[in-house]
Amino acid sequence: MKRLRLVVQLLFTIVTNGYAYGFLNGKIYQGRLKYTCVPGLNCYSCPGALASCPLGALQALLNQQGFQIPFGMLGFFFLFGSLLGRMICGWMCPFGLVQDLLHRIPLFHKRKKMPFHSVLKYGKYAVLVFLVLIGSSFLFGGFAKMPAFCKFLCPSGTLFGALPLLGSNEMLRSQAGGLFWWKLGILLLILALSVKVYRPFCQYLCPLGAIYGWFNGFSLVQIRWEKEQCILCGACQKACPVDLAVDEISISAECIRCGKCVTACPRDCLSFRKKV
Amino acid sequence: MDFLKNKSHRWLWGVLAGILFLGAGAAKGQFSVIFRKAVMICLECIGIG
Repeated sequence: MKRLRLVVQLLFTIVTNGYAYGFLNGKIYQGRLKYTCVPGLNCYSCPGALASCPLGALQALLNQQGFQIPFGMLGFFFLFGSLLGRMICGWMCPFGLVQDLLHRIPLFHKRKKMPFHSVLKYGKYAVLVFLVLIGSSFLFGGFAKMPAFCKFLCPSGTLFGALPLLGSNEMLRSQAGGLFWWKLGILLLILALSVKVYRPFCQYLCPLGAIYGWFNGFSLVQIRWEKEQCILCGACQKACPVDLAVDEISISAECIRCGKCVTACPRDCLSFRKKV
Repeated sequence: MDFLKNKSHRWLWGVLAGILFLGAGAAKGQFSVIFRKAVMICLECIGIG
């Protein structure tokens, strides 16, 4: 399961960022696939990106003149969320993959959670409300709306967009100022933290995780628990990278459906199932 | 209809709502807005704008 997930994550990242010409020339893909979004956090200014970022797209709709309900992105979130929930985070997010790989580095004593986890885990909802929704609608920019999450926080944009573009485009590099260094600082902090703590950005800051987490309780793909067979040995909680108890697995908004609990269960009472 | 009334099929309502919203978004031209944003280098995303 662990290897399968890694293969899926790698394939998904490579295929959705397959525009090699962009990396070589410091340009981005401008074809028709950009009418659609990838489900995970994948900056559309990554030179290789073949489709749009769902959070960037949501903010683009909120940034329009006057207020419009962003039906297109609501539909996208309902469709993917209802089918997969946060399995998208665990299996299809390029920035999640980066954090997963960093957490494998055998340095430091690994931690599943940050101190004050029970409070910090609500950070992603605050980011969703204040930066993505309110920030993009009116607050920070006054009448000149802006994609506040992309501008001030998104580490995926810095890693997959800014660094390759600035590395290969002299003109863009000459314009990088304080804001770039601020975002680079955030990226480096999150990457460094990822070596010790499991997916700190996903657990505490990612607004996309906050959105998909809402669908976890009723999405089609679930991890089912056969209660009658369970001996409550705790092997699943020990294996769970976000420390969920057996009765929280799958329905909790924190579960990214990584499947480590399924592999760890000695009685096979946890399994991936479709909810039909 | 019993299939749709079943609580464990709430995901299906979500999918149907998703398709409906996608249609509404398409009718309002929202995917063109997304396209126009996504084919230009997003200066905010890369920390310049």
